[in-house]
Amino acid sequence: MAETAPVVTLDHVTVAYGRSQVLQDVTTTFASGAVGLLGPNGAGKSTMIKALLGFIVPEQGRMRILGLDVAVASLEIRARVGYMPESDAHIPGMNAVSFVAYCGELAGLPRVDAMQRAHEVLFYVGLGEARYRNVETYSTGMKQRIKLAQALVHDPDLLFLDEPTNGMDPRGRDEMLELVRDLAHHKGVNLVLSSHVLPDVEYACDDVVVLDKGRIKVAGPIAALKQPRGRVYELRVKTPAADLEPFFERLRAAGLECHATDEDVVRVFVPGEGGARDVFALAAAAHVQVRHLRASVPTLEDVFARAVGEE
Amino acid sequence: MTPIHDQSYRRYGGGRAPRGRAWAVIAAGGIRTFIGRRMFLGLLLLSWSQFFVRAVQFYAAANLPQILAGDAVAAASFFAPTPATFRDFFDKQDLFVFVVSVYVGAGLIANDRRANALQIYLSKPLTRAEYVFGKLAILMAFLLLITWVPAIMLLIVQILFAGNFTFVRNNFYLFPAVTLFAFIEAGVVSAAMLALSSLSNSSRFVGILYAALMFFSQALFGVLAFVTGDSSLSWIAITHDLAQVGDEIFRLPLRYRTPWPMSFLMIVLLVVVSGLVLERRVRGVEIVA
Repeated sequence: MAETAPVVTLDHVTVAYGRSQVLQDVTTTFASGAVGLLGPNGAGKSTMIKALLGFIVPEQGRMRILGLDVAVASLEIRARVGYMPESDAHIPGMNAVSFVAYCGELAGLPRVDAMQRAHEVLFYVGLGEARYRNVETYSTGMKQRIKLAQALVHDPDLLFLDEPTNGMDPRGRDEMLELVRDLAHHKGVNLVLSSHVLPDVEYACDDVVVLDKGRIKVAGPIAALKQPRGRVYELRVKTPAADLEPFFERLRAAGLECHATDEDVVRVFVPGEGGARDVFALAAAAHVQVRHLRASVPTLEDVFARAVGEE
Repeated sequence: MTPIHDQSYRRYGGGRAPRGRAWAVIAAGGIRTFIGRRMFLGLLLLSWSQFFVRAVQFYAAANLPQILAGDAVAAASFFAPTPATFRDFFDKQDLFVFVVSVYVGAGLIANDRRANALQIYLSKPLTRAEYVFGKLAILMAFLLLITWVPAIMLLIVQILFAGNFTFVRNNFYLFPAVTLFAFIEAGVVSAAMLALSSLSNSSRFVGILYAALMFFSQALFGVLAFVTGDSSLSWIAITHDLAQVGDEIFRLPLRYRTPWPMSFLMIVLLVVVSGLVLERRVRGVEIVA
């Protein structure tokens, strides 16, 4: 596959709120297509997006979006970018279609075109029937959809979606992810999906940038990152979770990574040529009874856990 | 089967307006919102009542001598317009300027802050200055509609009823005076109200704060004037500063002992402070360090 130019580039970017550095010397790129910006709460994801939009001026470093320097061509960038904020945001006193059309006009669309696009994107995001209702009467899920609609109305080349599935019920969440996936894979819109929900990113995105405590931990295509440089096993053990620590210590001492995913389920990453026998041997040595062991398909969760060092 | 109309997402291939016009979109959107409210239309109509009264007065001044005999000539001269009539018109409109400022201005930024709309606005290709200018234009448009427009209309009505240009020729400075004072008043009031509106998420609080500042400064001046027996401290109330500058513009005797440049300086200071407040408060993200 031909290499395409990155849509977003950060070069030694540091952002601080007062004395607290939220992004620390971040250098990374976001490829075209759908890229997940993954990290725990407080990792600096939203700050990174706000800095890219020009809301926050970094203390140092350079950022480029679609080949344009953020510090120089902020308005030109914003004309080609759509932003779906994390928190509830709307323009008060307007119904949905007026609000979205107004956003289109603000982005430079002629009034008639903005109104036509507003109707189209509202149907696209699933708010066609509710488009004449005041936005303030919308449910949380509908507010998420209207935020996507206002970000889309001017047909951006790049979308920043900040936690787009927050507060949505399972069905609404699936529909939102389907929209995000469709935009990136069928409509030619590049997007950066910021989230702390791993399955969302795994479903909708091709690439991922993992951020933790203001630093990039890992970045690249999800498929490549998930390629096991070893094997992953899922164990179900009889020992109570509270007594598993000695077993974990043995695993770690032997160079195996592990983390508990449920009360009695443990995921173990065996690097190199090792296999299930090594796990059984270590379990026996720790007097842990393994009830069930199966080779597991590596997930983004494994990548994330390894990158962030979560247990 | 292919649907008649594809309701899926389509790329946009149409034209885009050159940058720098977003303020006009904000202004037009805001004006449309208020015009759509019946209560506000009623308020606008009420604020024009003085215009109609003055128009009748001008008609009487121009036509009474021809209708009646004797004492009517004296009555006509009583009704005859003078430059002070136009200055007085602005004084009497102050009540409506206050009400419209609170009704329109209090929520202009406060409501956007409450709804987190600033990050929506500022993620579009517009600058913070364009946003502020657009909001300023909304309030200024309505204030000029109840001050400058009726005052200029009165001048035109005077010419029409008198059937000659004598009054206007003798007082030609009234056109620029009316325009200058109306724009100063609307600009200062709008800037101050917008700055206050940016300080809170509650339009009700902003309205109360604005009213309190106006009344408190006037009351403070009243007390000080009573104690000192001197009106040279009128600069502490912005309404009095506007009155002083207005008197100077209309070439009338000043009503307070404060030199008019001092009052003008206070007006400039208020605009500068308002600008600084807006610069600090209108941001896409609020940082609490």
